[in-house]
Amino acid sequence: MKKVSSYIMEHFWGYLVAVLCLIIGVALDMLSPQLTKLMIDDVITGGRLEILNYLLLGFLIVGLGKCVFMYVKEYLFDVMSSKICARMRRNLFRHLQGLSADFYDRNNTGELMARVKEDVDHIWDGLSYVGMLLIEVTVHTALVLTCMFRLSPKLALIPTGAMLFCGILAIFLERRLDKVYEEISEENARLNTVAEENLAGVRTVRAFAREKFEIRKFLSHNKRYYELNMKQSRVFVKYHPLFTLVTKLLPLIVLLVGGVMVMQGETVGGVPFTLGSLGAFVEYSNNIVWPMEMLGWLTNSFSSAVASNRKLKKIYAETPTIRETEAPKLLPCVKGEISFEQVSFRRDNTEILRDISFHVSPGATLGIMGATGSGKTSMVQLLQRLYDCRSGRILLDGTDIRRLSLGQLRENISVVTQDVFLFSDTISDNVRLGKQAVTDFELVKTASQAAQASEFIEKLESGYDTVIGERGVGLSGGQKQRISIARALAKRNPILVMDDSTSALDMETEAAIQQTLNELPDTTKIIIAHRISAVCHADEILFLENGRIAERGTHKELLAQKGLYYETYQLQMGGAIYAD
Amino acid sequence: MPINSFKEDERTVEQGKVKTLLRLFSYLLAYKKEILLVLCIMLFCVGVSLMNPLFVETAIDSHIGTGDFPGLVRLILFALGLNVGMVLFTKLRMHIMNRVCNSILMTIRQELYTHIQTLDFHFFDSRPTGKILSRIIGDVNSLKDVLGNCVTTLIPDFITISAVILIMLAKSPALTAASLCTLPLLGAGVWYIQTKSHSRWQLFRKKASNMNAFVHEDLSGMRIIQSFHAEKETDDTFYQLTEEHRKAFVSACRINDAIGSVIDFCWGFSTAALYFTGIVILGTDKVSVGTLLAFGSYIGMFWHPIMNLSDFYKQLITNLAAAERVFEVLDTPSEITDEHATGELSSIKGEVIFDRVSFAYSDAPDIMVLEDVSFRIKPGETIALVGPTGAGKTTIVNLISRFYNATRGHVRIDGQDVQEVTLNSLRSQMGIMTQDNFLFTGTVMENIRYGRLDATDEECIAAARAVNAHDFIMKLEKGYDTELSERGGGLSVGQKQLLAFARTFVSMPGILILDEATSSIDTKTEVLVQNGIEALLAGRTSFVIAHRLSTIQKADRIFVIDNKGILEEGSARELMKKKGAYYKLYMAQFTQATPEAAQ
Repeated sequence: MKKVSSYIMEHFWGYLVAVLCLIIGVALDMLSPQLTKLMIDDVITGGRLEILNYLLLGFLIVGLGKCVFMYVKEYLFDVMSSKICARMRRNLFRHLQGLSADFYDRNNTGELMARVKEDVDHIWDGLSYVGMLLIEVTVHTALVLTCMFRLSPKLALIPTGAMLFCGILAIFLERRLDKVYEEISEENARLNTVAEENLAGVRTVRAFAREKFEIRKFLSHNKRYYELNMKQSRVFVKYHPLFTLVTKLLPLIVLLVGGVMVMQGETVGGVPFTLGSLGAFVEYSNNIVWPMEMLGWLTNSFSSAVASNRKLKKIYAETPTIRETEAPKLLPCVKGEISFEQVSFRRDNTEILRDISFHVSPGATLGIMGATGSGKTSMVQLLQRLYDCRSGRILLDGTDIRRLSLGQLRENISVVTQDVFLFSDTISDNVRLGKQAVTDFELVKTASQAAQASEFIEKLESGYDTVIGERGVGLSGGQKQRISIARALAKRNPILVMDDSTSALDMETEAAIQQTLNELPDTTKIIIAHRISAVCHADEILFLENGRIAERGTHKELLAQKGLYYETYQLQMGGAIYAD
Repeated sequence: MPINSFKEDERTVEQGKVKTLLRLFSYLLAYKKEILLVLCIMLFCVGVSLMNPLFVETAIDSHIGTGDFPGLVRLILFALGLNVGMVLFTKLRMHIMNRVCNSILMTIRQELYTHIQTLDFHFFDSRPTGKILSRIIGDVNSLKDVLGNCVTTLIPDFITISAVILIMLAKSPALTAASLCTLPLLGAGVWYIQTKSHSRWQLFRKKASNMNAFVHEDLSGMRIIQSFHAEKETDDTFYQLTEEHRKAFVSACRINDAIGSVIDFCWGFSTAALYFTGIVILGTDKVSVGTLLAFGSYIGMFWHPIMNLSDFYKQLITNLAAAERVFEVLDTPSEITDEHATGELSSIKGEVIFDRVSFAYSDAPDIMVLEDVSFRIKPGETIALVGPTGAGKTTIVNLISRFYNATRGHVRIDGQDVQEVTLNSLRSQMGIMTQDNFLFTGTVMENIRYGRLDATDEECIAAARAVNAHDFIMKLEKGYDTELSERGGGLSVGQKQLLAFARTFVSMPGILILDEATSSIDTKTEVLVQNGIEALLAGRTSFVIAHRLSTIQKADRIFVIDNKGILEEGSARELMKKKGAYYKLYMAQFTQATPEAAQ
């Protein structure tokens, strides 16, 4: 993970200018008590009216200067912090996209969303106004203290002590709040997860009339979030008044001690400590009050940013389990020959696949059948290297896929997944996914025609530019499947995998799509299905049972075996009896 | 209404800033006692703060100037006492205010969430989930500081400002006028800035929401993205979205940051004006050093609250857009409500009547999906609905479970209009299985129990056995206690369907609706599941939607749905004899089923 400080260093010059503006602004601010002192000592008490106009002009210049420099400072901080955080967000996003499927099996979308949004936002706050004010507070305090030392080193010891006290207090407070904020960030992610699930599953919630149950579930997290925020409040309330107390006591004590000094006629560097000097000193101590009060609030926001940064670190600590070899082999052209050699696969201590071997020549068709949960989809995921197999190896055109570049491997396999996932985007952009730049509209249309989708798409008001809902909401199951098939066909890849992807289609449409597939002689096809009709034309059909190949052969051979395949055939054709 | 995607900004309804503000602050009314107490405390604190410059003035003019040491000590001790008391009260005030604000935040969030539970599907279908989420979480969170500060900043600062003005007026009207001469400039400046920046902050919120929507989709579709090797593309899209978000922020800041500048300028100008008036116009003989100093101090006390107020104002403009977004959802009306409900639906016997029902979606009222459909289903009948995609099969079952209201006509269950019974009593008696079955994070057992919350473990297991899910569940690492990740991750689509079946089963519905519910289950398991359903739901009315005609042969009646209504109805045998639409459909399927049949 790139450190926050290195992000800041990238904008070194910007920050330098901003800090310079800040110093000038604060210095101008410091000038006004000096002007006040001159005004009282020289003009009012001393009667030197000739310098009055200069002093008045001075006040105006101070106001104008602050107005310009402080604006530049604030704007620069906003611009740079926004740049840094946009970068941080992108890097985090890229890191997340690089993580393997097993990471997504373990983590909830709602939680990861909270990391990308809320946690980066907290760091953003930390870098923009919190960081800016922290620097401002420091510069301001340093300058005020210097001025105070010049007026009276003895008297300046009082505010110095007060500042030290506040600084230590802030460190204590930060440590205490840090932990609470980590919990709050955690609960915020949980709240996000609960709400996300509820929204995504709204149809199920309504179907079971479980609204009250869902509301109660959310309430318990909402309450917990409240309690954690109150915990933060208790810590903060315990410490913050101490800051306030110091700020209130400071001017009074300065007044007491300073007053005594004036009365006793003490001198500072040979010059008597005048009433005017005390006035200026009191004004300075009023000036140092707000940075101290501010320190409490800043510490609060700072802790929140630190806690969020730690959450991000945890995600950065995750590494992809599927990685390319250092010098991946690039195939000059992928022909589409696939071999599984004694492949076994386990997940969470459960055996999924065992000793799977088969060979598909370029352009041939492999059919896969098997009971629910027998490992059909896992075979596809292994082929794409979404997971790696435990033992055995998978070859593409004779090369172990672990030696190939991940990009080349995946770019050459089009998969129509069982769980259709479409983006809330136009139909045409959905079809082009993965090859946006090189897929022209003609190809989108051809692919949609081949997937039997063009008819219904063209009937839509905006045709291919129709925006569909998230996950394809608003379309029927069959329509979603057809777009997803079009998406795969538009890639014109040497390997096409159809994972139970015609289940929601009527037989006629399915047959038409089958016809299309037959017209792709150069494409290696893997077809997973429950229907005999979908696989019966395949060159070889595998029938899986509990992660092993139970039967294999062509349609005819399998029927002759009178085993599982034959049984399924009988069941599916059972309905046909009426036709006799 | 067109569907909103992550690329487009949401269209929000202008609600009026003042109205939104008043509505937001009306939440504070529930805490009158607390607020009153806080205000009393603040009054005391403001009083002490206002007296502090007086202490300084008295100390310098009458004690230090005259060398009265004991008087000085007494004065300072008195002041110290007051200030310590003030700090203690501040502590109490902060605690109360934090509790009030966090409570209000919790209330608003819960209200929002509860309201969302009643909204129509249209609301969810027309926008990405991430955008709704960003309202529940991000937008609500950003209201926290506004609420707290409106009591702790707005009111006390107004008191301070008024008090300071009064004190200054009492001391010297001329000096007061000089100190406040820049006030009109300040007002004009701030007003200009806020009108300009409000719409920019609105845009910023929308961009944040777009970004959130995209992140949500990207994360939930990660497998697809990785398998199409589209990471580069999504990366570019995300770059665009974050850049738009960032630019919206910077553009809002460009104007907003000027508030401080306006104040700095006005402050400097008024200080100069003060001294000019004090010295040149009034003359040093009329104004004492102490008075001038005190005035300088008062100017500080006057401008500090103004600074605070402007900060608060800045915060308010920034977050007003968030409040608008929250209230907009709260104001979204729902069509499907218990408004006309006269009572609960008693235990379902299973008679379903469609009485001249017509239906069109409310956003396209001219396109009739169903027109003048009437039928009567006897208790215990199994009805199969077949027909081409988009013919209205799903619409018919959606009307029965009242996911939509009939545009015309009545849907009756056991003689009661579904619009006249409570939604809860209706839907809790329906078993609805759709193609995509949503499973929640939690154990397998909890997911099955979602069907009926008071079901015992034994009942859940019995349901799982009945639908043939028991075997695979037992093979999972911890059996029924296995934690499922989001959407049943880790299970195959078929297994998810089986679990969803068990969940429907355990609810023992009065009417069962199966919408392509077995599409991802292998044939052998499907037969077992169907046997299970038949055994357990004997005597219950059920509706089955299926593409595979082989799966619906046992239905009592088959409705062929097409052309906005029922084209044919009858048993499978009757329809085959009739040689109509069903016969054609059947023959087409049969001939395509296998190579043998085709020959």
